[in-house]
Amino acid sequence: MLKIIKYSFFDLLRSKWSYVYFLFYLLLGSVLLFLNNDLSGAVITLMNVNIILVPLIATVFGVMYYYNSGEFTILLLAQPVRRRTVFTGQYLGIAGSLALSLVLGLGIPFAAYGLFRSAAIWDFAVLLLTGVALTFIFTLLAFNIALSNENRIKGFGYAILLWLLLAIAYDGIFLLLLAHFQEYPLERFALTATVLNPVDLARILILLKLDISALMGYTGAVFKQFFGTGAGSLLSGLVLLLWIFVPLWWLQKSARKKDF
Amino acid sequence: MVDIRNISKSFGRNQVLKDLSLNITQEGVTAILGPNGSGKTTLLKCILGLTIPDRGNITVHGRDIRKDVKYREDLDYLPQIADFPANLKVRELIKMIGELRHRTTRENELIRFFELQPFLDKKLGTLSGGTRQKVNLVLAFMFNSPLVILDEPSSGLDPVSLLRLKQWIHEEKEQGKVILLTSHIMSLVEEIAENIVFLLDGKIYFSGTIARLRSETEEQNLEHAIAALLSGKCLVR
Amino acid sequence: MILLIPPAVYGQKTEVCNTCQTRTITGAIKKAAPFDTIVVKPGTYREFNIGITKPLTIIGEGNPVIDGENKGEIITVQSDHVTIDGFTIVNVGTSYTTDYAAVRVVKSRHFNIRNNTLRKLFFGIYLEKSAEGKVVNNTIAGDAVNEYNSGNGIQLWYSRKVEVTGNTVQNVRDGIYLEFSDDIAISHNKSTGNLRYGLHFMFSNNDIYTDNLFENNGSGVAVMFSKFIKMHRNTFRKNWGPSSYGLLLKEITDSELSHNTFENNTSGIHAEGISRVTFTENDFADNGYAVKVRGACYHNTFSHNNFLYNTFDLSYSGHINENSFNSNYWSDYRGYDLDRDGTGDVPYRPVKLFSYMTGQVPEAIVLLRSTFVGLLDFSEKVSPVFTPAGLLDHTPEMKKNTW
Repeated sequence: MLKIIKYSFFDLLRSKWSYVYFLFYLLLGSVLLFLNNDLSGAVITLMNVNIILVPLIATVFGVMYYYNSGEFTILLLAQPVRRRTVFTGQYLGIAGSLALSLVLGLGIPFAAYGLFRSAAIWDFAVLLLTGVALTFIFTLLAFNIALSNENRIKGFGYAILLWLLLAIAYDGIFLLLLAHFQEYPLERFALTATVLNPVDLARILILLKLDISALMGYTGAVFKQFFGTGAGSLLSGLVLLLWIFVPLWWLQKSARKKDF
Repeated sequence: MVDIRNISKSFGRNQVLKDLSLNITQEGVTAILGPNGSGKTTLLKCILGLTIPDRGNITVHGRDIRKDVKYREDLDYLPQIADFPANLKVRELIKMIGELRHRTTRENELIRFFELQPFLDKKLGTLSGGTRQKVNLVLAFMFNSPLVILDEPSSGLDPVSLLRLKQWIHEEKEQGKVILLTSHIMSLVEEIAENIVFLLDGKIYFSGTIARLRSETEEQNLEHAIAALLSGKCLVR
Repeated sequence: MILLIPPAVYGQKTEVCNTCQTRTITGAIKKAAPFDTIVVKPGTYREFNIGITKPLTIIGEGNPVIDGENKGEIITVQSDHVTIDGFTIVNVGTSYTTDYAAVRVVKSRHFNIRNNTLRKLFFGIYLEKSAEGKVVNNTIAGDAVNEYNSGNGIQLWYSRKVEVTGNTVQNVRDGIYLEFSDDIAISHNKSTGNLRYGLHFMFSNNDIYTDNLFENNGSGVAVMFSKFIKMHRNTFRKNWGPSSYGLLLKEITDSELSHNTFENNTSGIHAEGISRVTFTENDFADNGYAVKVRGACYHNTFSHNNFLYNTFDLSYSGHINENSFNSNYWSDYRGYDLDRDGTGDVPYRPVKLFSYMTGQVPEAIVLLRSTFVGLLDFSEKVSPVFTPAGLLDHTPEMKKNTW
């Protein structure tokens, strides 16, 4: 598997899209830091990028890579290598290279800015960590969708739909439910609904570092208490991992049955 | 070598292979022929474990292919379409595929034979279709396995390279290998194949030597013989 | 003529120490004549209920300790012209019926309480119906845990014209508490980590407080039921909590706030029933809500302030706006300035739909900064339905206001 990870990683690392992605983040990070000169503003903008663009790009790249490497995948599958090894390897290769573009693209301007000596390093670390987690999750979801749809147009459509659902529509439904049942105690529900969607979870983990003042107000204190404790962070981490392991298991399962 | 017993496969309502049995033990080249959609590629993919039959068994070298993937250590495959990761270099791709098996490889010999040295440090995305096919051939032959499956080996090759390919296949035959191939070019088949398996609508209509095909259809030309099979649609055993 | 010369110059000087002729402060006071000076040498003096009933200057040299041994009040001043300087006063008695203080000043004028350190206290410095005195450079460090059995650091009750300057008050109930006290000047104090308020005003008018720091208090600073208050150059920081704020203004009229800094508070300012208050050139940075305006607020003006990276700049209850916002800098402003006059060409709408929603459903705060909420806020900005339509800053600054 390591060989497959290695080669798909190198293949992608040299693709122009990786450079575009990397340069995009490099530019974004530099512009935000050096023109704006304000760290908290920069981190907020980056958080928006993190919860919209990172999942979208991971989704699109995941689907694209799967369809584009179809023939080569068949060649690999004809080798004495197990199917799950091939797909897991390719998945880790692409997710790894995307994550690297993200981390380097943002990391370099922030390092140049002198962030690693400032107190904001933990905010930034959470930002990167959630960005990496979202990259791994959405690439994997995209891989799953592509694997079960021979038709590229359909595959792309479903993948974008899934992104729309998790990144935007979910919160709309969530808010509607909150408004509709406002007579009832909703803290538990709100907590659960937040934890279950990786995009929301990532957002809250970053917000706890940034908008701590607002979250401390009212029910915010409850969330702070939950996510601030060891058990809460453990659970958040666990849920993010589940979002990787369950689809990965599903990917391996559907790969086993698939005809190529 | 390859024993296929009563396999059936359908994609949705379309039944591609119908209770098909085939036993290939004879050395040399066996060409699997048939019109488009007759199930040739599906049959090859079943042997490679890429497509999973709904029913039936396949054993390769006496090993049930469903049990584990190790049987492919001794099985070489040339895919129909030579499409590789665009940003890897030729050298890296050959190295990568070579590393997937625990055995010695003979890529240097093949690279020289197909004159690929100038392209080794080029990215695969920049290569022409013919050169890609040569890389494909290197990958297929480098393990020197006793069983070789070639899906349209001649596609995209210029006349000189085609000549070399034929020469290479000839040498492989001399080593006593079993080669399975599909091709639409009858002259090529006529030149290199000893045996013919003719597929139509997921069933085998003919299986035997070229000589037998000629005598049974009373046609000297292979193309005409095939045409005769198609028009007669009679099951010849 | 004689009255104008400081009395201390005239007085006799008495020394108190463990080996001196006079070994207690109480004894020295008894022997002293008015306008005498008593110098207390280093050591620990276990005394309480020290009554000062004549004009005296009592100076601690080398930081002597007065230990009240938790028996009750320690020093009570009942005379004009009393100075207490340089003592460490510890172990004030705690009582549920009497407000024992480390130093109490009753019905006196021209007092000066300075350079003292107060620890293990109930009430710290308690000014009762006193006037024209000073409380300067004292350090008051309590260890309050519960509101019901702790006292205030510096308390003024029915007092007038007092200067409270350069004191540090921490870990008591209210850092500084004013009730029915007018013309008080509070400046350069640090009031931090107190259970309830850093500074607490009730029914006190014409007061001014400047250059103070209020940090990490239970719920910030409260100014209630008062008028003509001036608040300048103060810093309100890190007042976090479910019902916490930097500054609570309740039933306040005709007051001024300028050059203050509000940062990292759950709410920067919480205003209720205020009228004719001007907010000029203040910084609001990184607060949950920069300003919360609740009911009955009329004719207040917010101008030339900086609103920097607050989660919500403004929260408003009700649909009607009777206050004006102009020439503020809003870091969330996304408009443009084509005519280059320094103010944006498009008005800024500081109230977001989402802040209205979290008012209705507090749990919705978990959706803060989500994409969906961003879309909602945008549509509300284009066509306001839930937020006051007239609440606009017509001249938003393109650059931070400076002063």
